[in-house]
Amino acid sequence: MNDAVISVENFRKTYGTVVAVEDVTFEVFQGEIFGLLGPNGAGKTTTLESLEGIRKPDGGLLRILEVDPVREPHRLGQLIGVQLQTSGLPADMTVDEAMRFFCAYHGVKPPSGLLDRLGLGEKRNSQYHQLSTGQQRRLALALAVAHNPPVLILDEPTAGLDVASRTELHALIQELKEQGVTILMATHDMAEAEKMTDRVAILLKGKVLTIGTPRELTATGSGYTKISVRTEGDLLLSTPVDFPHAEKRMVKEEYAIFFSTDPGPTVIAILNYINNQADRLVDLRVERPSLEERFLELTNMGGSQ
Amino acid sequence: MNAFANHFAFEFKTGLRNSTSLLMNYLFPLGFYILMGVVFTQINPTFQEAMIPAMVIFAAMASCLLGLPGPLVESREAGIYRSYKINGVPALSILATPALSTMIHTLIVSVIIALTAVPLFGGVAPTSWPMFILLTLLVVFTMGSIGALIGVISTSSRSTVLWSQLVFLPSMLLGGLMMPLDFLPQSMRPFASLLPAAHAMQAYGGLAFGTETIFAPLASVAILGASALLSFGLAIYLFNWDSQNSTRRGHPALALLALLPYLVGLFL
Repeated sequence: MNDAVISVENFRKTYGTVVAVEDVTFEVFQGEIFGLLGPNGAGKTTTLESLEGIRKPDGGLLRILEVDPVREPHRLGQLIGVQLQTSGLPADMTVDEAMRFFCAYHGVKPPSGLLDRLGLGEKRNSQYHQLSTGQQRRLALALAVAHNPPVLILDEPTAGLDVASRTELHALIQELKEQGVTILMATHDMAEAEKMTDRVAILLKGKVLTIGTPRELTATGSGYTKISVRTEGDLLLSTPVDFPHAEKRMVKEEYAIFFSTDPGPTVIAILNYINNQADRLVDLRVERPSLEERFLELTNMGGSQ
Repeated sequence: MNAFANHFAFEFKTGLRNSTSLLMNYLFPLGFYILMGVVFTQINPTFQEAMIPAMVIFAAMASCLLGLPGPLVESREAGIYRSYKINGVPALSILATPALSTMIHTLIVSVIIALTAVPLFGGVAPTSWPMFILLTLLVVFTMGSIGALIGVISTSSRSTVLWSQLVFLPSMLLGGLMMPLDFLPQSMRPFASLLPAAHAMQAYGGLAFGTETIFAPLASVAILGASALLSFGLAIYLFNWDSQNSTRRGHPALALLALLPYLVGLFL
């Protein structure tokens, strides 16, 4: 018995002679937030749109709660809520009309309080074209969750939003996750992926490069921890000193930067060195590799293949 | 049913709320009607006899051929149908609700024309009002179906204008709206018989106004009815959800099948 809510197996999609997605396989489990990361043209939107039943796969198997998106679009519609990259509402449709319209097709009553929760209560009678980008994205999310679907598919959910709107949307997505909703989201925003997702798949040129939790991915990269040191004197800047486990060294804006495979002994050795040289520490930063750095590392690797 | 009613209500309101739709549904046909009533009846007094059917057909063509297809194409290009598809809105509703709401707007304009043409401009009233009403419903349904088909097969807003004008302009010149069909030279009549407006004028003349006609009016009714059903059926069959990803079931050239009733009429 497979307990995956979303299953993608050997998925392939072509546009004419162009292979957009090739042999993509991943699973998303109950209550998980799963991120699809990748540069433009990596195949994220094609994968999402095929799961949504908009595009027909050329090969492989796609299932959402055992439902085939192509063969059973009506059942699928009850199971998924979708926030498209472009929200696609008629310009003259008011917020209230949109809510009533989509809820009527899903056979549910518009949920009370949802628009207020998303800060759209005062915009009920505003037409879609009168809303700001942030309000349009929030409305798209409201429409996606209005029929209480067990699965939510979000394509760049916070693209173009200001910090406040993004934080608000993140809170709502987390709330939905806590309610048991399974969420599949594509994003360009690495900080968002690192903060929001339980697991991510990194796509490049239509193929999955790697899958794992953000922590796993950053740990399986080059493994270097960045240690930036600034002192009053310039000995660290001018003299190449070997510290244990520090395999690379560079100088940038009055900082000596070391890349260590085991930061503890490296930091102790650096502090001892500064003390022995009668220098004085001004600043010391130890930074774990970010998902963004790992992503760039992976996609550059893929690009050179 | 609730969903369809909701959808229809939205489309109907859009016909009044959207400035382009308001122009095509009301301002353009009624403005032209007043202009024709004031000016053209002075130039050509015989126009009074054909004024009511001609202006009703013009109103139907303005809203259904010029006004309806554009929003259908724009909605597809804007990705609105993609979100409709995901949310379970059927293709039938997407085509039927704007077509139906446009038809209702056209019927409202037709009622205004039918009720005011006689007292305001000396237009000739129908001899059979029930037949006039039935024919108006048929004409509006036919034009609405053709408009929906144009909207479905057009790849862009620009091509929509071309396809619409391909029906609209010849209909204005050769359809018997501005001058009776028997004024046309014999060589032009076969072209006129390919136009829904010409058959509509003949049907109105023969069945609702008791005038002489060139075509058999019942045959014109049959042609319009067949054309309406065929056009709407083709529009549903050829409907494409997505401008970036073709989902239609047949080649757009199949839309030419909508001409079949007119070609059959031509040879009969």
